[in-house]
Amino acid sequence: MPSLKDLKNRIGSVKNTRKITKAMQMVAAAKLRRAQDAAIAARPYAERMNAVIAGLAASVGGSASAPRLLAGTGKDQVHLLVVMTAERGLCGGFNSTIARLARLRANELIAAGKTVKILTVGKKGREALKRDLSDKFVGHVDLSDVRRVGYENAQSIARDVLARFNAGEFDVATLFYNRFQSVISQIPTAMQIIPAKFEQAAAPALYDYEPGEEEILADLLPRGVATQVFAALLENGASEQGARMSAMDNATRNAGDMINKLTTQYNRSRQAAITKELIEIISGAEAL
Amino acid sequence: MAATLQFDLVSPERKLASVAATEVQIPGTDGDLTAMAGHAATITTLRPGVLKAIAADGTKSFVVTGGFAEITAAGVSVLAERAVPVEEANAAVFETLLADVKATAAGMDKDAGEKLVGDLMAAKAAVGA
Repeated sequence: MPSLKDLKNRIGSVKNTRKITKAMQMVAAAKLRRAQDAAIAARPYAERMNAVIAGLAASVGGSASAPRLLAGTGKDQVHLLVVMTAERGLCGGFNSTIARLARLRANELIAAGKTVKILTVGKKGREALKRDLSDKFVGHVDLSDVRRVGYENAQSIARDVLARFNAGEFDVATLFYNRFQSVISQIPTAMQIIPAKFEQAAAPALYDYEPGEEEILADLLPRGVATQVFAALLENGASEQGARMSAMDNATRNAGDMINKLTTQYNRSRQAAITKELIEIISGAEAL
Repeated sequence: MAATLQFDLVSPERKLASVAATEVQIPGTDGDLTAMAGHAATITTLRPGVLKAIAADGTKSFVVTGGFAEITAAGVSVLAERAVPVEEANAAVFETLLADVKATAAGMDKDAGEKLVGDLMAAKAAVGA
């Protein structure tokens, strides 16, 4: 049975925790709005870019001289997994769901006899995968001192990936990130970026191309990779804040429940102590 | 009144402009071109340079680095990797653009890379920053 003083201390500390989680929730809510706006603002560019590349790919794709970023290397032996997570924790299952999906895929590929390489973006993913897959790590991108993810960040990641591709380090690259659906639901997603893949084969549009179709495609594909990385980073950013917001909301509610429970316990023990003292006094008086 | 066409300038981070213009001057990789209403549908890549949208109520100019322009009879949409309004393009902005272009140029062959940097310097001279 804890003493009254212990209980009082515990109530105090849970109250402090509640204040902190409440503050974190509000900060996450504000950041979420900004992250969502950024993700929406980036959409027209990505959509237009994809539409044009898809149109070009449909008309050039079949030919033997198609760029390697589109046609692939002809093998799928070496896979590069780009695992994007947050730099910070305390955001519910956000980091662990991505890590779980990436680990699952890595193990599948290894079981199928493929070579797996992992590039981590964000330190939480690296920590989660370090235990069983640390020998597959080929690089890490640290975004912890980036306050707002910009296109430059995506560009530098894309450059890194493309340089590795051109050096023949891998055949297939896949991005792992959380797609933002709503504040309470984020979907861990794997998206293949190299060789480029399009959901629907767009009808080849009737355009004049200047310079030729293949030159434009060769110029656009690397940009397309950067755009996709950027879109994934933004989705991830919004998902992280959403996940943190709902996690902190839960934490705040749990702290409130706990305070109620502890307060009831505190009041009961206090009442018991008072009753005990009264009984002692009365029975002492009766004994005289 | 001259026929107008819809001009959209989009960067990866946001939409920079969406206006009705009478003509749009585009720095294409193979040379400058001007799009007016009824232009044949064309897709062209951009070189670093100055993009001008001329509308009834004035001219808007932007310094762009790379990307592409999609021209249809009804409109022009420019997807620029980086675009800065000319009024904001000072020496410091050009410094960052130059660093950016140089990083891109590093991944290309020497001639093409030097042309990119040269194009940007020409744009800088044209703006007078």
